[in-house]
Amino acid sequence: MKKINIASLLLLVFLSACGESESKVDSALTEQVLYFGNGTEPKDLDPHTVTGVPESHILMALLEGLVMRHPEGLDPLPAVAESWTISEDGKTYIFTLRENAIWSNGDQVTASDFVWAWERMLTPSLGSKYPDMLYDVVNAEEFNKGIIKDFSKVGVKSLGTKILSVRLKNPAPYFLGLLAHYTTRPVHRPTIEKFGEIDTIGSKWTRPGNFVGNGPFTLEDWQLNKVLKVKKNPLYWDADKVRLNGIHFFPVDNATREDLMFRNGQLHVTSTVPLEKIEVYSKQYPDLIHIDPYFGTYYLRVNVKKAPFDNKLVRKALSLSINRKEIVEKVAKGGQIPAFSFTPPDPNSYFPPTTLEYDPVLAQSLLKEAGVSQEKLPAFEYLYNTSEGHQKLAQAFQQMWKQNLNIDVELANTDWKVYLSRQNIGDYTIARAGWIGDYPDPKTFLDMMVSDRGNNQTGWSNYEYDNLLIKAAQSPSQEERFKHFYKAEQILMDELPIIPIYTYTRVYMLNQDVKGWSPNLLDSHPYQFVYLER
Amino acid sequence: MISLILRRLGTAIPVLLAVITLTFVMVHSAPGGPFDEEKAVSPEVLVKLNERYNLNEPLVVQYFDYLGNVLQGDFGPSFRYPSRSVTELISIGLPITFELALYAILFALMLGIIAGVISSLRPNTAYDYVPMTIAMAGICIPSIVLGPSLTLIFGIQLNWLPVTGWGDIPGDKVLPTITLGTAYAAYCARLTRGGMLEILNQDFIRTARAKGLSEFRVVVVHALRGGLTPVIAFLGPAMAGLLAGSFVVETIFGIPGLGRFYVEAAFNRDYTMILGTSIFFSCLIISFNLLSDLVAASLNPKLRDQ
Amino acid sequence: MNTAESSLAKKAFDRLVSNKLSLFGGIYVLLLIVLAIFTPLIAPYDYAYQDLNLGPSGPSAEHLLGTDTLGRDLLTRMMYGSRISLMVGFLATMVALVIGVLWGTIAGFAGGRTDAVMMRIVDVLYGIPFIILIILLMVIFGRNLVLLFMAIGAVEWLTMSRIVRSQVMSLSQQEFVLSAEAMGVSKKDIISRHLIPNAIGPVIVYATLTVPQIMLLEAFLSFLGLGVQAPMSSWGLLIRDGAVSMEEYWWLLIFPSLAFSLTLFSLNFIGDGLRDALDPRTGPN
Repeated sequence: MKKINIASLLLLVFLSACGESESKVDSALTEQVLYFGNGTEPKDLDPHTVTGVPESHILMALLEGLVMRHPEGLDPLPAVAESWTISEDGKTYIFTLRENAIWSNGDQVTASDFVWAWERMLTPSLGSKYPDMLYDVVNAEEFNKGIIKDFSKVGVKSLGTKILSVRLKNPAPYFLGLLAHYTTRPVHRPTIEKFGEIDTIGSKWTRPGNFVGNGPFTLEDWQLNKVLKVKKNPLYWDADKVRLNGIHFFPVDNATREDLMFRNGQLHVTSTVPLEKIEVYSKQYPDLIHIDPYFGTYYLRVNVKKAPFDNKLVRKALSLSINRKEIVEKVAKGGQIPAFSFTPPDPNSYFPPTTLEYDPVLAQSLLKEAGVSQEKLPAFEYLYNTSEGHQKLAQAFQQMWKQNLNIDVELANTDWKVYLSRQNIGDYTIARAGWIGDYPDPKTFLDMMVSDRGNNQTGWSNYEYDNLLIKAAQSPSQEERFKHFYKAEQILMDELPIIPIYTYTRVYMLNQDVKGWSPNLLDSHPYQFVYLER
Repeated sequence: MISLILRRLGTAIPVLLAVITLTFVMVHSAPGGPFDEEKAVSPEVLVKLNERYNLNEPLVVQYFDYLGNVLQGDFGPSFRYPSRSVTELISIGLPITFELALYAILFALMLGIIAGVISSLRPNTAYDYVPMTIAMAGICIPSIVLGPSLTLIFGIQLNWLPVTGWGDIPGDKVLPTITLGTAYAAYCARLTRGGMLEILNQDFIRTARAKGLSEFRVVVVHALRGGLTPVIAFLGPAMAGLLAGSFVVETIFGIPGLGRFYVEAAFNRDYTMILGTSIFFSCLIISFNLLSDLVAASLNPKLRDQ
Repeated sequence: MNTAESSLAKKAFDRLVSNKLSLFGGIYVLLLIVLAIFTPLIAPYDYAYQDLNLGPSGPSAEHLLGTDTLGRDLLTRMMYGSRISLMVGFLATMVALVIGVLWGTIAGFAGGRTDAVMMRIVDVLYGIPFIILIILLMVIFGRNLVLLFMAIGAVEWLTMSRIVRSQVMSLSQQEFVLSAEAMGVSKKDIISRHLIPNAIGPVIVYATLTVPQIMLLEAFLSFLGLGVQAPMSSWGLLIRDGAVSMEEYWWLLIFPSLAFSLTLFSLNFIGDGLRDALDPRTGPN
């Protein structure tokens, strides 16, 4: 056995010298299989316990929620729900589910599937990471926090096999947007109960052969750190429209390797592009490289509990002395847009206040006004997790602060977990951070800075800000909500516990054979619209 | 010899226990935990998760629970991959890494010993300098440079070999083997040369030569035996190092091996996986060190009595 | 120092110098060390100064070896990097050498139970997850270069001790050691006068091989936040950064790699020369 292996190893050198005439991408044209570079290996495929972007790409193929995102914009499209009505006060939703929505094993997708799935997601002992996605539902938060034990008190009911009613505690115009998120999708109750309890984490129900879904694709094969394959689901209600026969998700967490795979014709779409290559490819392969706007913000957290950063003038000075334009054009170089607000400007017509600017002279005078001079300001630390991109930015900030304010910053990189835990316990002065919106609404950003929220982590707390967010939640109209958000954001940008740097872009390579792939803010590309053609 | 094996196996138990204890204490005192994520988990959820994974008990209790489970062969579920057990992950990664390491070490030994012997026969001549210069170059080029360079040349420019994978496309095992094996080949070459030079100076070689034995016989049968001692002493740790150190090569070529699990477990604070892989690697190291001691003993009769 | 010893040392030194390659290696390394020491005085630029408008540029009259992606002078960064890399490489190797040689010699010479216990301790240390160890050390001692050397040295001595031990074990059965024992020479003297000098050959070879490993390991430890902090750099880090952009900016990989390789070659020439010079069995040629 071993001998054969070694002999074949040597033999193969010569055999393969002949070279493959056809790359995988070429043969995919007839097979209609999409080769997808998917970043890191997914943790699991349980929509209620995972949190990552790679998982979301796979779950979009395997499970379908009440609504889905429009491939070009962000308006929700009917998915499992054929239609819905919203009461006048905006608090009651009645969904009518499709008659032909069925699970991949032939069972009907029913309203009670959703009720049970949401019960599971909100069950405290499951430890779901995204329960707050449903906190707008009456009593959902109380149930999730263990205050209410009886799920029938939560505002989600089955009014018949195919009719689902949802009651919200306040009008939430973004609620339909939330329902496109994977964590609100249904799961197949008999399968989960076959392999464990309602709150069992990591049972075998997510394995190929066991997994029962209702999405356009079904799970075919899952080889850890190698490939995850899905194939077309013939029982999907809209199966006629699905043109891909399958998708192979490759966990490629190394940008250089992913680039080589793409160039070698092994991938149709990549998850990223190596930093150094963005500029080169933009000139060399303008048709292949895609730089799409993305609903995310790169920002700095400032620990406001630490003097002198408890003084907002000092924080302002830090922000004023960062030349965002130069950062974006000369350092990040990925087509990012300088950010002057926490919430990225979004097409739903919310345009946040833009008052941040580059003004080193003003910065210096603010610092003077705050009574901070270089002698009084001991060298402080800038915390970032190790990565080439973060390091470049960190060095650029360091130089800008040195030149414009004459203050010294020590850069401190750590591994990911240390970086997270130090922010969590407030053991940092300034740290880089990034946030990608979960749903297309300013709330996904602004809610984070409410006092004592898990991801606030700056120690910043502002009564008026908190109040504005509550008012926004209770507003009946979108217009009024945005007004409150606008005011809240003004406070945030005046206080600057976080300093926005730029709005993210999604930079990736896409083979030109891929059709029906439209850029959008949330980087969501429903596969039923995608096909391969040359 | 059998008593040596038995004695060593007997001492393996305290060694493993020490590894488990030290590792256990270390992973639990390292900053950051398995549930630290970018989207901060609410305190309520954290309590539930800790309960579920038994992390709310005092450390001592957790330790003895863990020991008990390990004795029953249960290494627990991974934190990073909640639906997989540590045992399952190791059994996925091990065969692949083992195969890679084996090819690499064979490649290294083949190349290294030949180069080392050739250069030791005529020290300080071109026969010495050329192989040793190549060997040095092999050591100088780190795998993060060698791997991508080879891939660019043979995978992209010449399009001879696949750029990624392991056992998917014919020929995809060649570049990883070379990348991993090169540095070790260079080590073997240098250690062989050093060992051979020591031996070739000794009396019994002179005697053998004086007896009129062919140079080939003198070198291969007599000198190589002792001359390989440093290589063999190096082989045990090298094999273990190859298994643990294959991480870089596995990452460069996208090989789903154990090396990646081992390193990623540490970065993810995957407590159970760190412990599981550490125990596993300790077993490997103990066996490989034992093995290389045994080979050394059988090659060198003087050591046999030890 | 008595005359016999000093003449032995002189002979060894003469032999070392007469080996041209070692001489070349020695001069090169010495030059490098001098350069590293005086870098802050003679470096053409500030190692941290970014010329963002320039960006990455190839070798030119202003920047002999080009600039990196932030427009910093590569030559300057390599000069500063050599300070870190040489220091890390030599110090950690020293730590590894001292611990490894002592540990291996004692274990190999004592044999029996002492040997067993000592070598099993080595096995335990092999088994501990290195990354976690480093992360912990950082928590305990903070960011500290001296700690970095110790951490690396403390890991690298393990293999060294195994090599020394096997060498010593085979030596201690040889006649000159046995007869020294019979003549009542103290154990300490046997170890220091007979065993260590005779085992030194493979040790030097291994030590010279350890230096590059450690320089590269330093780059990996920097990933964990231990070691040099940006904007300071080291050869390992420069090579690492160069490797990702080798297609676009070749100079970022080639020049640091060349400096690195040349140093290692020189070290090995010195190592070989030293081994031949110190070997008590090789006569004067």
